Amino acid sequence: MEIDPFIFRLSIFILSIFIGYYVVWSVTPSLHTPLMSVTNAISSVIIVGAIIAALAGSSGSIFNISSIFGFIAIILAAINIFGGFLVTQRMLQMYKKKKDKKK
Amino acid sequence: MISANLSAVFYLISGILFILALRGLSSPDTSRQGNYFGIAGMIIAVVVTFLSIGNFSSSLVYVIVFLLIGGAVGAFIAFRIPMTAMPELVAGFHSLVGLAAVFVAISAFLNPAAFNLGIVGKIKLASLIEMSIGAAVGAITFSGSIIAFLKLRGIMSGSPITFSGQHMLNLFLGLGIFVLIFYLCKTQSANIFWTVILISFLVGVLLIIPIGGADMPVVISMLNSYSGWAAAGIGFTLENTALIITGALVGSSGAILSYIMCKAMNRSFVSVILGGFGADNSSEDKKGSKDQKPVKSGNAEDAAFLMKNASSVIIVPGYGMAVAQAQHALREMVDKLKKNDIKVTYAIHPVAGRMPGHMNVLLAEANVPYDEVFELEDINNDFANSDVAFVIGANDVTNPVAKTDPKSPIFGMPVLDVEKCKSVLFVKRSLSPGYAGIDNELFYKDNTLMLFADAKKMTEDIVKNLD
Repeated sequence: MEIDPFIFRLSIFILSIFIGYYVVWSVTPSLHTPLMSVTNAISSVIIVGAIIAALAGSSGSIFNISSIFGFIAIILAAINIFGGFLVTQRMLQMYKKKKDKKK
Repeated sequence: MISANLSAVFYLISGILFILALRGLSSPDTSRQGNYFGIAGMIIAVVVTFLSIGNFSSSLVYVIVFLLIGGAVGAFIAFRIPMTAMPELVAGFHSLVGLAAVFVAISAFLNPAAFNLGIVGKIKLASLIEMSIGAAVGAITFSGSIIAFLKLRGIMSGSPITFSGQHMLNLFLGLGIFVLIFYLCKTQSANIFWTVILISFLVGVLLIIPIGGADMPVVISMLNSYSGWAAAGIGFTLENTALIITGALVGSSGAILSYIMCKAMNRSFVSVILGGFGADNSSEDKKGSKDQKPVKSGNAEDAAFLMKNASSVIIVPGYGMAVAQAQHALREMVDKLKKNDIKVTYAIHPVAGRMPGHMNVLLAEANVPYDEVFELEDINNDFANSDVAFVIGANDVTNPVAKTDPKSPIFGMPVLDVEKCKSVLFVKRSLSPGYAGIDNELFYKDNTLMLFADAKKMTEDIVKNLD
C-alpha cells in the first residue's frame, strides 16, 4: 500500500522539532536575543507562499483579490526577513568588536 | 521552470541551512557564520520559488518591487532600533509573521488552484484543515504580538487586565474555533473561514491582556513559538519542506525559551498564561512598618572608596540600568577598576532584561567583553568570595526573601546570592519595590550600602571619584 505523502511531511515535521529541541538547548544563554531575532527572520520563509499567491494572478489581472493578499504578505515577510537578519547581524557584530579589542 | 522534485531538494537544503543558522548561535565565535547560513537559506528558498513557478510575466516585477519595499522598511528599522527596544521590535516582527501567515492562508483559500489544492468550494480536506489551523494560529500570533508590543512600548499599561469569566470565555472561543473548522470542512463555506480568523484575532488579544509586565519575557518567547507553529501550518498547506522544517525549529525554540524564562521566575507556564501576576500589590500594608527599618545610605565617594579597596567586584545589572542608559558609564567605571588590578565580573539573571538574553546584548553594546559576563548558575558561588557586589537597576532578582520566606510570591525563584558578598552597593532611586511588588530585604542588611540616585548619574560620579 502506498504511504500518504502527508505522513512523510509529518515525519519531517516531528524530526525537525527534535532537531530544534537539541540545537536550541545548545545555544548559549547570552545569545538568546539574537536567537529570537534570527528565528523571526527564518520563519518569514513563509514568503514562498506569498510569492506563489502573488504570481497566481493571470497576465490580464495581476491584482485579483487572492493575489493582493499575496502581495501584502510579501511586504510583511520582507520587512521581517531583512529586518530580522540585519538586526541579528548588528547584534552579533557587537559580540565581535570587544573580542577583537581584548585578544 | 524546474521540476517539483528538484525544488523540493532545494527547499530541504534551505531548511538545513536554517538549522545551521541556529547551531551557529552555540558560541559567539560561530554565530556570525550561522547568520550567513540563514541568509543563504532564505535566498535559496526565494529563488527556487521563482524558478519553480516559472511565471515571468509582469506580476514578477510587482513581486520584486514589493519585496524591495518591505526589505527597505525592514533594513531601516534594523539599523535604527536602539538595543533597549529589542523586545518591542521582536514582538512587532512576530506580529508580521502571524499576519503574513493569515494572508497566505486567505490567499490559498480564495485561489486554491494556484497552490494545487483543488478548486474553490472543493479544497482538499487535509489542506483545508492545515490552512485553517495555520490561519488561526497566525491570527492569534498577530493580535497577541500587537498587544505585547503595545505593553512593552508603554502605549498600553503593563498591568494585567482581568475580568470575571475570562478563562471560561477563552476556553469557549478556543473550542469554538475547532467546532467551526469542523463545519468548514463539511461546508467549505467562506463565511465560516472568515469567522475562524476573526475569533482567532480576538483570542490573541484576550490571551495577552491579562499577562502583567513582569511576565513579558515569557510572553515574547511564547509568541515566538506560536509564529513558528503558524509557519509550519502553512508549510503543510503548501507542502513545502523548508517551511515545515523552519516552523518546527522556531516553534520548539520559542517553547524552550518560554520554559527557561518560567523556570527563572519559578512560575509555571499555566500560571503565566492565566495571568494576573503583579495585578494587586496587596502586600502593601506590610510595607508601612518595614519602611521604619534602618537603611545605610552612602554617596559616590563611599562607593568609590569601597571598590578601590576591593580585590574583586561583581556587577549585577538589571533592566533599570538600561532604562537609565547607564551601561556606558558602567563600562567606564569597570575599566578604571581593572586598571587598579581589581577583578570585575558581571552576573546576569535570566530575567534581567525584558526578553531572554536582553541584558547580554545591552552589555555587548557597551563593549563589555562577553567572557566577563556570567549566567546565574555559573557565578552564584563566587559572591561569597567577593568583596563588593554592585547592584545597578536590578531588584527582585537579588531578593533573599526568595530563599527564606515561603509566603513570599517570589519564593523558590532562583536569585543571585548578592548578600553573601562582604559588602553590597545598591544603586536605586528609592526604596520602592520592584516588579513583583515586594520589599527587598537586601536593603536593610548590615553590609548593604544604598546609593540613592539615578543609575547613570551615580555611576558617572563614582567614575569621577575613582581618579
